[in-house]
Amino acid sequence: MSTRVNRRTLLAFLGPSVFALLAVGVVPLAYAVWKSFYYFNLTKLSRSEFIGLDNYATVLTSGAFWGAMGRTAMLFITAVPIQIAIGLCIALVLHRPGLTLFKTLTRLALVLPMATTYAVVGLLAQVMMNQKYGVFNQMFGWIGIDPINIIGDPTNAFIGVVFWDIWQWTPFVALVLLAGLTTVPPEIEEAARLETKSNWIVLRHVQLPFLIPSLVAVLILRTADTLKLFDMPFTMTRGGPGNATEFIAVLIERIGNRQFDIGLAAAHAIIMLAITVVLARIYISLFYKDVR
Amino acid sequence: MAAASRTQSRWGEIALLCAICLFCVFPFYWMVTTSLKTQVVALQSPPAWLFTPTLQNYIDVLVEDRMGFALMNSMIVSVSTTALAVCLGCPAAYALARFEFRGKTDLWFWFITNRFVSPVVLAFPVFMIARETGLRDTHIALILMYLTFTLPIVIWICTDQFRSIPYDLDEAAQLEGASQWRIFRSICLPLAMPGVAVSAILSFIFAWNELLFAYILAPKAAKTAPAMAVTFMEGYSVPYGKIMATSTLIVIPVLIFALLASKHLVRGLTMGAVK
Repeated sequence: MSTRVNRRTLLAFLGPSVFALLAVGVVPLAYAVWKSFYYFNLTKLSRSEFIGLDNYATVLTSGAFWGAMGRTAMLFITAVPIQIAIGLCIALVLHRPGLTLFKTLTRLALVLPMATTYAVVGLLAQVMMNQKYGVFNQMFGWIGIDPINIIGDPTNAFIGVVFWDIWQWTPFVALVLLAGLTTVPPEIEEAARLETKSNWIVLRHVQLPFLIPSLVAVLILRTADTLKLFDMPFTMTRGGPGNATEFIAVLIERIGNRQFDIGLAAAHAIIMLAITVVLARIYISLFYKDVR
Repeated sequence: MAAASRTQSRWGEIALLCAICLFCVFPFYWMVTTSLKTQVVALQSPPAWLFTPTLQNYIDVLVEDRMGFALMNSMIVSVSTTALAVCLGCPAAYALARFEFRGKTDLWFWFITNRFVSPVVLAFPVFMIARETGLRDTHIALILMYLTFTLPIVIWICTDQFRSIPYDLDEAAQLEGASQWRIFRSICLPLAMPGVAVSAILSFIFAWNELLFAYILAPKAAKTAPAMAVTFMEGYSVPYGKIMATSTLIVIPVLIFALLASKHLVRGLTMGAVK
């Protein structure tokens, strides 16, 4: 149901926000496209020149770019399956009837990690994972493991980032899946439970079909957010040691902010944007069928 | 027998729920307790669980390290961008929910796509533009850039909310000769207030947590709290207590808002795809 209105009314309602988003979202992108065709380094401004597609060629042939993309992919394929597995267990427990008070409290606790300032998560990691003073190593000590250098060792630092990503986003996955579980019509679930005592069969044949949309949403949003991930690894390790935790957003920040090569950073950004837009299109076409 | 095993599984469930809560909350416990330790206690190995708490770290970061100033900057930027996003976004959401026009789907797609764009894509072009327009290191630059994610949130959530308001009310008002603006202002907006409030809280949370734009665009005068927290790590001796005091000050407001909007946080993060 919708009203036909004249052009002036439409402009009055939509104009301001469209103009604002054009100004802050599209103008900078146009600028980035323009600069991506130049050699443009803030410390060597006199040597700026038009170099066509060279920046893009540099990106696509550079070890740093593919290395960072590989690490980003690696983070995704290690963290997200664990988030889904634990998240699903949490969702199933919360979905069971009874113990309302405990479950309400748990739900509130789950909200906390995902709202936490991402930069603060990196700081927490620094403090809690310190080799000498950190509580993690104290706990390892309780179960007889010698202190581990978590932040300073390339492999361990990567595992550290995976851990904190799991800490922060498993609750999100759990709550999304819980929302999915509530879409199962209660009468279908009850009928199934009369037929079988096995929770696994109910999950596999009754609940899972209803969970597919939630799972797809989780996969796409986690992909987008993993590509964006900057604050937490940046405050935790600055991308190090070496480049062990230099994910794609951290790499672009380094090129732009620490090497001052704005042209090259812009080319990286445009390639990232292309990936992002494809992801967004898939998400939109799957979840917003009723826009029209 | 059956009853016994049922109570047993009840206890198992309670233990599981407690474990989940502990996993979520323990880092906050550690953050707050470390913020109450002196540097000497904080540098005990293994870490101390029992100690005499002190508020010295809070006094230090607020007075010496200008954390109060950074928190004020964060507050100014987050509140302003939220207010601006609500003022700009509500009419747009109303138009998307109620009006018939060409290109509506494309406009909607474009709004949604912004959810996926990484700040790092926009940060450097904006840095260059801000340098040339003299907006670098001002609140205005951050307030405007934060619209890239706050405005879409407001538009999506409020469009949903406006759609849920019965259309009969509009029709009745139209018959009375009310203008579209009048219908929006006096009938639909008051009814949509719950959605507007949720979208405002979510905008505030995202703006408050943002680091990348703040770090690159506002190095001094408009430095926000998360950007200030990063600078603590640049030094020889790492002041654990002060870092955790800073973290606590940053995180408390956002956790309060998150608990207030706890039912809607997931909806906001998934952009309404998951109710």
